[in-house]
Amino acid sequence: MKPPLFAYRAPKTLDEAIKFLASDADAMVLAGGQSLVPAMNFRVASPSMLVDIQHVEGLKGIAVEGGTIVIKAMTRHRELELDPHVRRANPLIAEIMAHVAHVPIRNRGTVVGSLCHADPSAEMPLLFVLLDGTLTAAGPGGTRHIPAAEFFQSFLTTARQQDEIVVEARLPVLPERAGWAFDEVTRRHGDYALVGVGCVLELDDSGRARNVQLAACGISDRPVRLKAAEAALNGTSLATANLDAAALASADAVTQTDDMNTSMSYRRRVLGALIRRLVAIAAQRAGGGSRQ
Amino acid sequence: MRRTAIRPAIPERSDDPRVEVTLTVNGQAVRRTVSVRMLLSDFLRHELGLTGTHVGCEHGVCGCCTVHIDGKAGRSCLTFAVQANGCHIRTIEDVADDDGALHPIQQAFKECHALQCGFCTPGMVMNILSRFEEREPLDLSEDGIRDMLSGNLCRCTGYINIIAAVRRAAELLGRA
Repeated sequence: MKPPLFAYRAPKTLDEAIKFLASDADAMVLAGGQSLVPAMNFRVASPSMLVDIQHVEGLKGIAVEGGTIVIKAMTRHRELELDPHVRRANPLIAEIMAHVAHVPIRNRGTVVGSLCHADPSAEMPLLFVLLDGTLTAAGPGGTRHIPAAEFFQSFLTTARQQDEIVVEARLPVLPERAGWAFDEVTRRHGDYALVGVGCVLELDDSGRARNVQLAACGISDRPVRLKAAEAALNGTSLATANLDAAALASADAVTQTDDMNTSMSYRRRVLGALIRRLVAIAAQRAGGGSRQ
Repeated sequence: MRRTAIRPAIPERSDDPRVEVTLTVNGQAVRRTVSVRMLLSDFLRHELGLTGTHVGCEHGVCGCCTVHIDGKAGRSCLTFAVQANGCHIRTIEDVADDDGALHPIQQAFKECHALQCGFCTPGMVMNILSRFEEREPLDLSEDGIRDMLSGNLCRCTGYINIIAAVRRAAELLGRA
């Protein structure tokens, strides 16, 4: 229960940090440490070098610029959750954040760190896949932008190269009239989700759904956009039959086989139930009246 | 090695790379040279002798090691001492007054019988204190308090009296 030995580096600049990462194939970035340090305490992870980026200039803070929320690499979950500008710009974020572990963990853990950890049951990767967020990675060859849909490749595996640091992540502001909802089913409060679902949608003047976005975590080796369910809902009046059709269409998205937590068939049932429930909640909130 | 073999003496000093850390603990400046892999929880207990911070699970689940890092509750078992370089740390030893007068949260725990063995209590108090100091609106409903306590495990009380203590503390601190 004590971590294995590593070399510790605490660079002040991004260039230095990237050089340290590039110098050692087993080096890892240390940000909040809320996933990495437990893994090290269990000796599941044993990086030869930790590059602590907390002192690197320019990696702190949140900005709401135009239609985009910019989240720097060292931004803690709790900072994003409580930021008043973010609450107004995208109320889905605070709703999801209440499900991320517990407040003392959210005080330390970083949003970008959770994205880079890429647990397929975690909420932050789902949020970015749901809202088509982007990540900005800086490496020896320069900076590149990676859409969330391409970033998450498999269980704990992302498009980030070993010598790259994700310096910021961007989420869109929710359209003024969009409705939103998130919920998840867990064994215990604060645990990783068995299944979690997020939904964003708009209603046109005749009350028909448009721009429906649905995503789930816990059902595959990565967070998944539920395209078939979205297609089943777009243009409909979200009647019970439409919700049932969306739930049915989502079944194939569950590829996580039976594991120690639950079975594949239970995950499919939970996924369908959450889609029905959350689409209805998002539809109620659509129209702009629910925003604070 | 045969099971009965007696192992050689453990070396006095480890070969771990060491690093100097300078931080403020309970208002006092502290400087120590420690292994880079020393956890903040072990640093507080073994280097500074502040054994009020308890170590339960060592992977962030039980909450017993909760301290304040720059004013916010955090797991000292999921933080390396070297990460706290330059930080202000506050532990349970700093919560009561110097003359032994209990903090209102501690007083509420006492009045409501919110502890039995007491192992989880330092982490509970530091977590609750952080939430009271955060100046965000407090949800003092049963669900809200259970959510507040959800990152701290207690194996004795069944939580009922801890929930009552949070409500009592809110009264004593004028936050009810």
